[in-house]
Amino acid sequence: MRFAGIDIGSRTIELVIVNEAGQIVESRQADTGFNPQMEAGKLINGVSYDRIMATGYGRNLFEISFDAPTVTEIKTHARGARAFFPDARTVLDIGGQDSKAISMFENGRVKKFEMNDRCAAGTGKFLEIMARTLGYDIESFGLQALMAKKDLNISSMCTVFAESEVTSLIAGGQNRQEIARGLHTSVIRRAAGMINRVSSEGDIVFTGGVAKNPCMRALLAEKLGRDILVPEDPQLVGAFGAALLAGEIQ
Amino acid sequence: MAKSILNKLQFISDENLIDIEQAKADGRSVIGFYCMYTPSEMAIAANAIPVPLCGTRNDPIAAAEEILPRNLCPLIKSSFGFATTGTCPFFKLSDIIIGDTTCDGKKKMFELLSRYKPTYVLQLPQNQDMFTALPFWHAELQRFRKIIEAHSGVAITEDGLRAAIRLMNRTRNSIKALMDVNKARPVLLSGSQLLEILFKVEFLADKEKGIKLMEEVIAQAHSGAFRSKTAGSGTGRRILLTGVPVGLGSDKVVKIVEQSGADVVAFENCSGYKKAFVVDEKKDPMEALAEQYLATPCSVMSPNDKRFDLLKDLIQEFSVDGVIDLTWQACHTYNVEAFGIGEFVQKTFGMPTLHLETDYAESDTEQLRVRIEAYLEML
Repeated sequence: MRFAGIDIGSRTIELVIVNEAGQIVESRQADTGFNPQMEAGKLINGVSYDRIMATGYGRNLFEISFDAPTVTEIKTHARGARAFFPDARTVLDIGGQDSKAISMFENGRVKKFEMNDRCAAGTGKFLEIMARTLGYDIESFGLQALMAKKDLNISSMCTVFAESEVTSLIAGGQNRQEIARGLHTSVIRRAAGMINRVSSEGDIVFTGGVAKNPCMRALLAEKLGRDILVPEDPQLVGAFGAALLAGEIQ
Repeated sequence: MAKSILNKLQFISDENLIDIEQAKADGRSVIGFYCMYTPSEMAIAANAIPVPLCGTRNDPIAAAEEILPRNLCPLIKSSFGFATTGTCPFFKLSDIIIGDTTCDGKKKMFELLSRYKPTYVLQLPQNQDMFTALPFWHAELQRFRKIIEAHSGVAITEDGLRAAIRLMNRTRNSIKALMDVNKARPVLLSGSQLLEILFKVEFLADKEKGIKLMEEVIAQAHSGAFRSKTAGSGTGRRILLTGVPVGLGSDKVVKIVEQSGADVVAFENCSGYKKAFVVDEKKDPMEALAEQYLATPCSVMSPNDKRFDLLKDLIQEFSVDGVIDLTWQACHTYNVEAFGIGEFVQKTFGMPTLHLETDYAESDTEQLRVRIEAYLEML
């Protein structure tokens, strides 16, 4: 038996296939684009599986066109993180449009969760736009921020406001790396607050596309004063969790 | 059968406006009020028609924002917008407006509203203390009585007040009986449907009509008339909605809960269970009114212990599986109280709550859906 999980997010779609032992045997990724239904269809084309479960913002669309059960990102990230790290009790997932902190009971069930407000404050989208404002590509943005000698305080979380703040800092002749570092810090400050609201115990797993950013990982560990666990491909965690849950349907 | 009741309700609602216009032509006055702290008995005793005016729709908000700040509660903006755009027939028909000091935003909004209609604001005490707050509130209701008398030209007698209290008690008993229908498992009436009926009945000038209609709905609900189509399959989680009031047009959370396969079985808010009180018919009417209305467990009161008591009773009586606490954006009192509510429900029942902060716009529907579905998955 092969079980599939598809995570249709705001920026990317991930597909993960697991075997009966819950090991990942195949994974695929695509940009969501403006037609998530079509992109998801392309992604599952030619892939064999016995059952599929959908998660992410496009899950309900997928449910209608492919008649698949759905589950929320909250549950899939908890399930996926737990499979990678059995002692995990808290998950921070920062994706394209959303950031979430999830705490779990000892048995892995979701205990509490927090999400960002309706806008993209403190998410991947925020970092992407800030990187562009500073003239960095998204891959080097985190590395550049890590190289900064100090942190410049950025107080705006709203993307548009932060953009003006960054523009004035640039105009004031401030160091680009330090501005980048300040932006990372402002996102982490908010994420840490969210984590503290849901839990402060157990291992913390950082998932979602933003977890690939080395500066975000370093600052989160520093801010919380403890190690942060990051799966090899943090972007796959949602789809992986969905695949595992597909296999657990009675 | 269920459909015929809703048709009837629509018919009665339309008829109601004609009734009110006719009553006005006959010299009766119409008193618009914004909050359940305003005793409608007083208007009834003066042969006037009390109508609730709270804005529950998104449509007039843009117009309101030409004057009011954008980061204000949608309920206040909607209420004000209805006034400025002239789109609320009940506002138009009102001779005077009775406001209240249930929040700072409303308080200041009423100052601006007085440019459109003669507006009187009832000053609420900040707590429910029997020795300090009650005498103050009692005096405030005496002032209210004089305002009503002056405008209606009818002297409010003790007998008139007593009769009004009896009538309103009967109305509220029907409202309670209607809401109690969903103590049954599986549910007999969907949350949306209950909301629609309560909302429309509230506007009826003829209270007897409302009582009769509610009795009819209750009887039909018990015979299972609403169950098949609207209420859930019976396997859904039973959700209690607490927090700010919801009405037609601002019921998106109720709809999402139902679309997600759960049932909203009870409303612990002022569009729901906070209305289910009884004024003591044996006491002096003014004292009884002052006491009972002051006891409203609104978050504007500090402390607001009674809300916790009511919540506890409802969670037990309706044997709910989960509690969703709704706050309109910028409603500071409910927003701050949410922390204590979450803690209380967790401690007392070992049940997590979901706190949602939103407004009347549909823009965050999908974000809300994630939160609501994730919450239902947790239960």
